[in-house]
Amino acid sequence: MPRDMEQYLRPGLTSTTFCPGCGHGILMGLIFRAIDELKLNMDEMLFVSGIGCAGWIPSPHFNADTLHTLHGRAIPAATGAKMFNPKLTVMVISGDGDLADIGGNHLIHAARRNMDLTVICASNMVYGMTGGQVCSTTPAGAFTRTTAQGNPYRPFDLCKLVVAAGATYAARYSVTQPFALKASIKKALQINGFCFIEVLSPCPTQFGRHNQLDTPVGTIKYLMDKCITKKRAKNLSPEELKNKIITGEFTNGAD
Amino acid sequence: MVRYYLSGNEAIAEGAIRAGCRYYAGYPITPSSEIMERISVRFNEIGGVFIQMEDEIASIGSVIGASWAGAKAMTATSGPGFTLMQETVGYAAMTETPLVVVDVQRAGPGMGQATRVASGDIMQAKWGSSGDYQVIALCPWSVQEAYEQTIKAFNLAEKYRVPVLLLTEEAIGHLRERIDIMKDIELFNRKKKAGAAPFGTKERDGVPPMPTFGEGEKLLVTASTHDSYGFRKTDDPLIHDRLVSRLNEKIINNREKIIDYEKYYLEDAKVVVISYGFTARSSLFTVEAMREEGEKIGMLRLKTLWPFPDGLTRDIGARAKVIFVPEMNKGQVAGEVRKYASCQVVSFTQTNGEVIYPDTIIEQLRRHL
Ligand SMILES: Cc1ncc(C[n+]2csc(CCOP(=O)(O)OP(=O)(O)O)c2C)c(N)n1
Ligand code: SF4
Ligand SMILES: [Mg+2]
Repeated sequence: MPRDMEQYLRPGLTSTTFCPGCGHGILMGLIFRAIDELKLNMDEMLFVSGIGCAGWIPSPHFNADTLHTLHGRAIPAATGAKMFNPKLTVMVISGDGDLADIGGNHLIHAARRNMDLTVICASNMVYGMTGGQVCSTTPAGAFTRTTAQGNPYRPFDLCKLVVAAGATYAARYSVTQPFALKASIKKALQINGFCFIEVLSPCPTQFGRHNQLDTPVGTIKYLMDKCITKKRAKNLSPEELKNKIITGEFTNGAD
Repeated sequence: MVRYYLSGNEAIAEGAIRAGCRYYAGYPITPSSEIMERISVRFNEIGGVFIQMEDEIASIGSVIGASWAGAKAMTATSGPGFTLMQETVGYAAMTETPLVVVDVQRAGPGMGQATRVASGDIMQAKWGSSGDYQVIALCPWSVQEAYEQTIKAFNLAEKYRVPVLLLTEEAIGHLRERIDIMKDIELFNRKKKAGAAPFGTKERDGVPPMPTFGEGEKLLVTASTHDSYGFRKTDDPLIHDRLVSRLNEKIINNREKIIDYEKYYLEDAKVVVISYGFTARSSLFTVEAMREEGEKIGMLRLKTLWPFPDGLTRDIGARAKVIFVPEMNKGQVAGEVRKYASCQVVSFTQTNGEVIYPDTIIEQLRRHL
């Protein structure tokens, strides 16, 4: 990380907790850049996370107030802090398992209330921290520690879900699309209301390992191949779109 | 002094407001919902933040966020909702987050009888979450005391940075009584000290100062094992043991200051009734009736259930012949009394969803005297 982002890192830290090739570190750097370009004051921000590798993105790395909650409960805690002190800019950063599975009910209700939060869901399509079990975002057919025969279920479309529930802003990008992702984070931070970004983030250790993608480069290539922009998706047939992940903005109440 | 006529649930809402509670999140459940309903109206008048959440987990979860944002914050529920909150009670104990949870106990287990009374959650309150931790639990016997103990619950939560549970019962929640509200009431607000470690202290009371989000303290709040500045330390045996020990000791070592009770005719009593909550009303009626008949009988009324008054129970057990514990559960407090009292302990239990009447207690006592 270039030293000009160092001011956003908590002093005293010498390394992250992420595996080599983990996408969560890229996401962390992009959040810092978005904050830096917007010239936001970290002392007026609160970062809330749940349990999982992604929950460790803000805690302890961010040099700001951080609240590391129970598994799945980042959004309720963020809601309480924001409601009581609306001057805080509150960002939730957590994993797909945390936000969409165990905490899924809170996600849709915060979207319905249009709670003024920016929620960043680091989606590695697996439970990283607990050793690679299936997640609601795992692609159909993918292998995990609990789907040795391939995942029998379809993955959640989290953006559709929060749009249906009433989110003001919903977008999906991969860490392999850093410029678009950074722009999206900046947008979400400036929009009032419920803003949700699903961030595809490679997990070579727990997702890659079981899907013949056990090098960091392999998982990055997999995402680059799988993610296509909304614009490109328009010209593809349903057959060609099968197994693709469409990226872009799905609602943008601010436009 | 001002005089009102309120239900227990209404008195709890008013007590919370008086204590400075300005954040409430809840999820409806009989027989507690009137607390939330009244707060939702009253916060509109006085400027508090009220939200009905999607479930009890979200309710207490948002109370955590609000408390760190600087609020005196509360939620209220009953048995099944209290169970859903337990993981977060443990979270609050580990992160030293002050908050108040009211449990208006109804007849369980499971959905049980939603509109009927019990005091079946006393052990759930003590042991409901994982690991070794302490809570403070209060138990009122009247509407007046429901009001006073709600204020006390906030004071204790702020003072000891611990979840405080008000374990009341359906019969108190729905009882209407006259209450007197005093002008001067002592309120305690959490200690603050800029830059000080928020999760460790050398002070004798074991309670570190508590900062608030948004003050530039760059707080690290986590319920993983942490050092005094909140850095996660998930494999250091010494730090884990030190933290868990302090969290327990800050309550246990201060228990003489925390524990509250009332003694009736204990000086010469050979038979002692230990009673709490609504049941204590019937117990006192019985004890006074039997005193008039010349029986050497007395009563201890517990106003604090956790931490348990171990020393007092030991003293009483050393002097009495028999201790009698009537309860609307299968003997949850009687078991605790047996841990400390050396004399005979008789447990009278009633789990039919009704309050225990004096006649029943007299009959039971006669059988054992
Ligand atoms: C109540 C509870 N259940 C289960 C766990 C175990 N657990 C910890 S992290 C996790 C999954 C995290 O997955 P995700 O949110 O996708 O984060 P990732 O590690 O993939 O970044 C689970 C199941 C827990 N901590 N608490
Ligand atoms: S297990 Fe996966 S998600 Fe967790 S740190 Fe390693 S690569 Fe990242
Ligand atoms: Mg994950």
